[in-house]
Amino acid sequence: MLKKKTMINTDYVMPKDNYGKNIWKFLANEMKPKGKFLTPFNIISIPIMILGLVLIVIRFWKGIGSITNLTQEVPWGLWIGFDVVTGVAFAGGAYVITFIVYILNVKKYHSIVRVTVLNGFLAYVFYAGALLLDLGRPWNVVNPIIGNGFGTSSVLFLVAWHFLLYMFAQLIEFSPAVAEWLGAKRAHKILSGMTIAAVIFGITLSTLHQSGLGALYLMAKDKIHPLWYSEFIPILFFVSSIFAGLSLVILEGSISQKVFFTQISDKNHKSHSSIVVGLAKICGVTMFVYFFLQVIVIVHGQHWNLLNTPMGYWYLTEMFGFVLFPMLLFIYSYRRNSSLVAMIAAVIAMLGVIINRLNVTVIGYRWDAVTHYYPSWMEIVVTLAVIFTEIWIFRWVINRMPVLRESPSWAKNNK
Amino acid sequence: MILNRRNFLQVLGITGITLAVGKKSIAEPTDNTKIDFYGILIDSTRCVGCQSCEYACAEVNSLPEPTESINPDVIRKTNENRRTVVNAYNTSKGEYYVKTQCMHCNEAACASACLTQAMHKTTKGPVIWRSNKCMGCRYCMISCPFDIPKFEYHSANPKIQKCDMCFNSIEEGKLPACAEACPAEAIVFGTRRELIKEARKRIFENPDEYYDHIYGEHEAGGTGVLYLSPVPFNELGFNTTIQKSSYPELSKGFLYSVPTIFVLWPAILIGIKEATKNNHAKEEDND
Ligand code: SF4
Ligand code: SF4
Repeated sequence: MLKKKTMINTDYVMPKDNYGKNIWKFLANEMKPKGKFLTPFNIISIPIMILGLVLIVIRFWKGIGSITNLTQEVPWGLWIGFDVVTGVAFAGGAYVITFIVYILNVKKYHSIVRVTVLNGFLAYVFYAGALLLDLGRPWNVVNPIIGNGFGTSSVLFLVAWHFLLYMFAQLIEFSPAVAEWLGAKRAHKILSGMTIAAVIFGITLSTLHQSGLGALYLMAKDKIHPLWYSEFIPILFFVSSIFAGLSLVILEGSISQKVFFTQISDKNHKSHSSIVVGLAKICGVTMFVYFFLQVIVIVHGQHWNLLNTPMGYWYLTEMFGFVLFPMLLFIYSYRRNSSLVAMIAAVIAMLGVIINRLNVTVIGYRWDAVTHYYPSWMEIVVTLAVIFTEIWIFRWVINRMPVLRESPSWAKNNK
Repeated sequence: MILNRRNFLQVLGITGITLAVGKKSIAEPTDNTKIDFYGILIDSTRCVGCQSCEYACAEVNSLPEPTESINPDVIRKTNENRRTVVNAYNTSKGEYYVKTQCMHCNEAACASACLTQAMHKTTKGPVIWRSNKCMGCRYCMISCPFDIPKFEYHSANPKIQKCDMCFNSIEEGKLPACAEACPAEAIVFGTRRELIKEARKRIFENPDEYYDHIYGEHEAGGTGVLYLSPVPFNELGFNTTIQKSSYPELSKGFLYSVPTIFVLWPAILIGIKEATKNNHAKEEDND
């Protein structure tokens, strides 16, 4: 997949009709690079992706310890704490947006459904896929699926199944776009008809595994700093996934507006700012709920004495600097109708979610250990390589399928 | 798209299937009080610190022979090359030795965490690890409150290393290697019930020699390995603030709520969708 070169502003025209005869030719043609190759993004990302690939080969050849700093005390590091736990939180936008559009029937956000679902789907494929790199015995990964041990008392069992099922649900939600790309009219009709069931199923799965990612850490009671451990981790993870996902939608939308400018219709350009401000309002409200829950948790936990320690200051920085502050910014952006402020708020809120997830999974995990875990540069390179590969695929799909661009006219009457 | 009857049934069908999968998670028998597990009683008043158990353990499990001797200034831990270690502690009553290994918890956190049941609490008592099931996710290491499972980070075919109470020998009616090797009878193998009785008897008969507590009787919901000590247990490096209820208990609340959410959520979502249908029509008019 690294060979598919794409370009940003493409003058590419969607093939209108394709009746199967030359489907292979068509696909082969679509695999080819499109346009300029030496963009700044490519120049930065390609060496990192190649280096990442080399490191992954070393990892499978010499063992996980050869490129990571993981220890017997800290068996989950950056790859789980950031790639999986944080990455999936950011993928939460897909279930929130499908909830708003298909369940609450708010049509205003319809134009961003596809791109959000695509983003969510790729995030699951890549960030949950990054899990494979972290598995010591990846050849056994199918065991909980095929029943070589249904560990049903395990939260991880639930999360693994949900990842898999949710990827299918998202694939179904996105599949009409693929059908439009291939010009497959009959398939398009069938797949479109499955959307609503997939949405309902997907939202249910998301509720459970977003909170499930937090529930993974419930048994690590004595290992996580008490300011970040409570029996409410699952609820906190769920609520924060709502604004984490939406913040990413705001950020990604603003970038796409510029990068994929030519693909977006005038109407959607105009509605962009009103969409952003609308999402900012939802973020503001959920962040308020989240902050309130955090206050309840700390009152309930009675850890006042811990606040006056270095970890306590860090905790307060997270709560005030990265929850309360972006929340106020979101509310302000909504009041002033400013999509720029909303974008700044989204960036700070996203940083806050990264900090929070890392506090639970890495920074506050075994905070008292003699030797601390810090990710090695190689773990960071592999993480970046995973992110860049995802962006490459994202761009490849956007440049070919009707994601940001309007669907072909036949598809609109095909429901 | 409007939700018609068929779609509705589809949704319910999917829900039902997943529910069935989810339900199994709570149907597991967890009443471990009825089963009489095998266990081990370790009496640190008797241990002489000879490390015979360490050598025997390394031999039966084909691990490298121990090289370090015991030193109260260095507390050693189990790792991927040694499933058990003996440490010395300078206590209020002088130097004492204590052996560390898997506790073989009655409700083992590692086994309940394992998504493939590779980590498994056998009905005989030992908690064992099975290579053909394990995917190396290391969630057992996250969950174990005693930090026991160890991972071979430098292998392309890594294993989880931890004491399995010599499960195979027990199946053949033999003793675990450490109990067999101990020259001071500090390690006794038997059923947990007998061992608790024996431990109580020792405390009762020699109240001056023993600190009046059996570590493992209630810790972490009760463990298969039980300890006796001459001094309060924290002096021997034990975690004495560990909770008395079992660790799997901590995630049960979450797991129990899963089936409920699977039933309620789709129903609620469909309800909301129906209720907001007009909303849809209205906005389309505005378009
Ligand atoms: S001590 Fe740890 S590894 Fe041993 S049975 Fe208990 S939870 Fe499992
Ligand atoms: S590392 Fe292996 S034994 Fe441990 S929880 Fe994962 S699959 Fe189970």
